[in-house]
Amino acid sequence: MKELTELRSIVDKYGENPEYILEALHDIQSRYRHVPEPALDIIAERMKVKKSRVFSLVSFYKALSFEPQGEKNIRVCMGTACHLKGASQVKEEIEAVLDVAAGETTADGRYSLHEVNCVGACSMAPVVIIGDSYEGQATRDRVRTLLDNDGSEEESR
Amino acid sequence: MTRLHLKDFWRYSKQQMEKRNEQRVLVCGGPGCLARGSQAVYEALLDASGRVGGTGTVVEHAAHMVGCHGLCDQGPLVIIEPQGTFYTHVNPEMAPRIYHETLRGGRVVEDFLYSSGTGRRIARYADIPFYQRQQKIALRNVGAVDPEDINDYVALGGYRAAAKALEDLSPEDVIGWVKDSQLRGRGGAGFPTGRKWEVCAQAPGENRYVIANGDEGDPGAFMDRTIMEGDPHSLLEGMIIGAYAVGASEGFIYVREEYPLAVERLKGAIGQAESLGLLGDDILGIPGFCFNLSVRRGGGAFVCGEATALINSLEGRLGEPRGSYVVPAVRGYNQQPTALNNVETFCVVPEIINKGPAWFAAIGSEASRGTKTFSLVGRAVHIGLIEVPMGMSLREIIYDVGGGIEDGRTFKAVQTGGPSGGCLSAEYLDLPVDFDALEEAGSMMGSGGLIVMDETTCMVDVARYFLAFLRDESCGQCVPCREGLFQLTAIFDRIVSGEGQESDLAAVEELAVAMQEGSLCGLGQSASNPVLSTLRHFRGEYTAHIREKCCPAGVCRALTAYVIDVEKCRACGRCLEVCPAQCIAVSQGVYTIDREACTRCGACSAACPFAAISREGCVQ
Ligand SMILES: Cc1cc2nc3c(=O)[nH]c(=O)nc-3n(C[C@H](O)[C@H](O)[C@H](O)COP(=O)(O)O)c2cc1C
Ligand code: FES
Repeated sequence: MKELTELRSIVDKYGENPEYILEALHDIQSRYRHVPEPALDIIAERMKVKKSRVFSLVSFYKALSFEPQGEKNIRVCMGTACHLKGASQVKEEIEAVLDVAAGETTADGRYSLHEVNCVGACSMAPVVIIGDSYEGQATRDRVRTLLDNDGSEEESR
Repeated sequence: MTRLHLKDFWRYSKQQMEKRNEQRVLVCGGPGCLARGSQAVYEALLDASGRVGGTGTVVEHAAHMVGCHGLCDQGPLVIIEPQGTFYTHVNPEMAPRIYHETLRGGRVVEDFLYSSGTGRRIARYADIPFYQRQQKIALRNVGAVDPEDINDYVALGGYRAAAKALEDLSPEDVIGWVKDSQLRGRGGAGFPTGRKWEVCAQAPGENRYVIANGDEGDPGAFMDRTIMEGDPHSLLEGMIIGAYAVGASEGFIYVREEYPLAVERLKGAIGQAESLGLLGDDILGIPGFCFNLSVRRGGGAFVCGEATALINSLEGRLGEPRGSYVVPAVRGYNQQPTALNNVETFCVVPEIINKGPAWFAAIGSEASRGTKTFSLVGRAVHIGLIEVPMGMSLREIIYDVGGGIEDGRTFKAVQTGGPSGGCLSAEYLDLPVDFDALEEAGSMMGSGGLIVMDETTCMVDVARYFLAFLRDESCGQCVPCREGLFQLTAIFDRIVSGEGQESDLAAVEELAVAMQEGSLCGLGQSASNPVLSTLRHFRGEYTAHIREKCCPAGVCRALTAYVIDVEKCRACGRCLEVCPAQCIAVSQGVYTIDREACTRCGACSAACPFAAISREGCVQ
């Protein structure tokens, strides 16, 4: 119930204009780390569009997802500069350590692994961003150590 | 703040500009320097100066986090104005010396200066070769202005162009000036901006709109981001002038969702401009000139950078292109005439108004006037953001500005134009970089990524990389693009895994042409460029993959092998420990790798303390 009220108030901020579907969905995504199903009905009703249209936007845009995202995002840059300097090997290592494929979330819901294209730090390629912290000149060894440490840090809290 | 009228504006502008010569400490807050910890450097500088809450110290007033200064590989950067002292690789521990010796003592700390290849220390950034060949128009304020303070922008002469246009020029005059400057759009296609605005101004419609395209989806490009984060007001000013010229009263900035800082800075800038009377109703007191501007976030789809897809996305629809027969200048947002331009295009306009169209048209080459920003990345010594006059040769850009190829390796290719651009070989190093020359050579300007490659880059892998990128980003509306990219990637996957056939290249070329001719929008029409340009300039590399099952650059995993150099190997056993596949055998002190079992992960090579393990491209 609380969720429904909260969803309504997020959507209400944007009024009836269907132009703002994407903005409303962005806000919902960042609040819940995914778009909960009831949001589709609320937006459809409020902005007077078909539910299928809202659904199609969520499935089209990479920033939106029906699946809940992890608590922490790990972003591996797959931009051109990073690709040239071995980004795919770094990505494979992370996939192996976390046992997920890019685009997925770990079973414990802790991490989501994303491929991104250029984070503007090409001079440090290849780049991995764990949460908010940038790791330049990333190597297999380095990301493994970082992820191991990150995991144990969380446990000790 | 009160909303200014024209007369007040000129007075306020003069006041701010007079304040400009004071000491300033600029800490680079561009994405590269931030990633290297420049925020901590900024805090350390404040601490070193004995940050006293409330009252503030010299540094507290003078220190600013600014946008990208360009020389990212030397970051974090700290610049002290007005001298232009340039400190590189700054860490928080260096802050006390910067404060005591430079800011208080007026002395330069030699150890912190930029060191050229020959070890010579250079004190002022203007004397560093990387900066000497550049000319900044679009980036004129980035790295100098505090992006969160409109007063600082005004102190650098900001909004004078908008005021001048509103005071002295009619909308037709503005369009005439932009036409005379011969400015061409910086978003990729190079369409003449003045002409676009004229079409938009004259097209029948009830409302008109201006839209800035800040979607910047090219992997490996960060020019527009740098402007939006580092100098948001110059974009606003360009859009105000554009709105005045075409008669728009509403505008949007469509920003890539991955740039939250740009969104925040732009929203902040819009708020400040509104409160000063530079946006909103009756701008600068001129009755009837109203312009409201808002920021919208994209959804993370490359194709939304395409003008008509962007407009669909803005309208709350799927970001699918409408087809190239729809001209937004005539029928754009809400079916109304819309001037949609790239961020950099808008940013150049105020300088054209300030300095005149002839000034701008005198820079650059015959058919491409002015300057262009590039993100210079890959294997160059200096990596970062640059702006050079059009027509400069690739050689000058890569060697004089970029400092050549890193680690003394040799140049192999440069990729321009983003995922649908092309790769040019060493023969083209003297090619002048402008819209037409690049296109004739089989590449394109695109939005300005310049990716330098050396002999460790495999051109087949590069082409495959861009194909896979575009395949994932194709919106899927039209068959040539959707299926063509799917099939091309499949063929390339075969080639890089050693299963390519002689007939593949003909199939690739046929598909490429079909996509060029039959696709709905620019994405599909140009998607085969990386393939065609690498085939044209590096055909031998393709045949090596197909016939000899060999990747000369040693990149394609299935065609390469890790080999242990027995001369260098000291039998320390590090590789045995790290190999996840346990494919390294030892017999009588000699280490060998089992090629069948090896997954080519590279762990052994990375771990070897004697650099005895390397990846070889042509081993049978
Ligand atoms: C697939 C595709 C992606 C594009 N991405 C961008 C982009 O990220 N930024 C941009 O300014 N233009 C992009 N464009 C070009 C736009 O369609 C449009 O031509 C441009 O924004 C117009 O502005 P200009 O005249 O100032 O260059 C893209 C085009 C295509 C076909
Ligand atoms: S390509 Fe990875 S940061 Fe630019």
